[in-house]
Amino acid sequence: MNIMNLISALPGAAAQGLIWGIMAIGVYITFKLLDLADLTVDGTMCTGGAVCIMLMLNGWSAGPALLVAFAAGLLAGLVTGVLHTTFGIPAILAGILTQLGLYSINLRIMDNKANQAINVDKYDLLISLRYIKNVPVYKNTILIVAVILLILIALLYWFFGTEIGAAIRATGANLHMSRAQGINTDVTKILGLMLSNGIVAFASGLYAQYQGFADINAGRGAIVIGLAAVIIAEVLFGKLGKNFALKLGFVALGGVVYYLVLQLVLWLGLNANDLKLVSATIVAFFLALPRIKDRKKGVADNA
Amino acid sequence: MLELKDVRKTFNPGTVNEKTALNGMNLKLEAGDFVTVIGGNGAGKSTTLNAIAGTWFVDEGTITIDGKDVTKLPEYKRAVYLGRVFQDPMTGTAASMQIEENLALAARRGQHRGLRAGITSAERDEYREKLKILDLGLEDRLTAKVGLLSGGQRQALTLLMATLKEPKILLLDEHTAALDPKTAAKVLEATERIIEKDRLTTLMITHNMKDAIAYGNRLIMMHEGHIIYDVRGEEKKSLHVKDLLQKFEEASGSEFANDRVMLNK
Repeated sequence: MNIMNLISALPGAAAQGLIWGIMAIGVYITFKLLDLADLTVDGTMCTGGAVCIMLMLNGWSAGPALLVAFAAGLLAGLVTGVLHTTFGIPAILAGILTQLGLYSINLRIMDNKANQAINVDKYDLLISLRYIKNVPVYKNTILIVAVILLILIALLYWFFGTEIGAAIRATGANLHMSRAQGINTDVTKILGLMLSNGIVAFASGLYAQYQGFADINAGRGAIVIGLAAVIIAEVLFGKLGKNFALKLGFVALGGVVYYLVLQLVLWLGLNANDLKLVSATIVAFFLALPRIKDRKKGVADNA
Repeated sequence: MLELKDVRKTFNPGTVNEKTALNGMNLKLEAGDFVTVIGGNGAGKSTTLNAIAGTWFVDEGTITIDGKDVTKLPEYKRAVYLGRVFQDPMTGTAASMQIEENLALAARRGQHRGLRAGITSAERDEYREKLKILDLGLEDRLTAKVGLLSGGQRQALTLLMATLKEPKILLLDEHTAALDPKTAAKVLEATERIIEKDRLTTLMITHNMKDAIAYGNRLIMMHEGHIIYDVRGEEKKSLHVKDLLQKFEEASGSEFANDRVMLNK
């Protein structure tokens, strides 16, 4: 166990953490603001990358390709939203149905291959694991992802302060009250699910570029990582500020913490095949933490 | 202003839990009417308010508000005509949002919600002034989360939200029942003040017979899903609680049974 190995792996972990932090902001919108558990993201976390890489392989540049990935995510969210609101399917099941359907669609997007690689030397990627060290500052992946993150947070801060954004938040906070105030809660739920999945697909497009390939399994367990970041943010940074923009920033940092912890356990000699088990354990631990804390304080169990 | 014609609603039809909640409910309110509603358990009081609000659709009959047939209109579309305060203080406000945000949501009832600012600074000044009317010190706490307020403060805020955009009909569903007597009196006082100021057409369910007599210009008593007693004007003013109990026994052939009813004379 050479400590230098760990240190040299940290920048990569930070970059991945930031990308997953963007994804986690998408999860935050449904899980925290809308109070819905949306499993569509396990599908969209692949769709965005598939769309982005295939477009770039066909000569598109990174920016427009990422926007189309975002749009693909919006569509996936729309499907889940309509299944849930118009047809009354429970949100979790609606998400699972869309996610399952997306598996086939993702394969189609990727020309029926499970993996589509993109060569960093031949294509002009916005970010890459090769652009972490020994590149000019403006090409540094960590910096670029951080800038994208800040722009995203600024946009979301503005959006959730608008009339329609406030209506989406109200829908998650109190459905009855929202309807009594004339909010079409079906529409706000659909909009929230669309925005969430759009952001996840956008993160997926970034992640595929970072890794240099789109993979059919890219989204497996994505919801768990997203939730992990949301919950880590709450547990570790929750007391540092209540401002909405800060909270979103903390969620992104939660993604970074998640990846740093993961890197640490790998360095400690963990078999990479056991990663999913470790992920699930970490998330279960952080999900359980608020309850464990309550128990210690002697707060009544209201489960 | 409001007309219910032969409205019927049965919950869980065809099951052992089948319950006919509204059974030929007819009611006509003129503009400016302030009607108090009393009745025993399961008489259909809250069901009537929910039918008007569109929480679900009725089985039969029509509901007209200000000349417009709203029977088939979904809840969120009817909201433009209605101000509502619920029995549970948690129902009428969003706990995780600020006082001013809650008010701003109410101010946009019936308007298209787009990408304009969710709240403007001019609005903040207006809300501060309006909150002063409640006399609860909320005008200095515009950015406090509503979850931090007491039940009485939340009901008063809900009342303000319900009347911020003058509704055609104000629906009050035992809105002081969950409050302690002193707070309940204060909220009721604010209610009357606001109703009188804007001459709001109001339906108020209450479990307090004394309040039912003291407030409003008309009183209706419900039993088994329809109105069994309807009194207004001078005749109403001269009523006593024992008259109401007697009327109930006459009309229904049974004793008045309500878990919460207050008979203080």
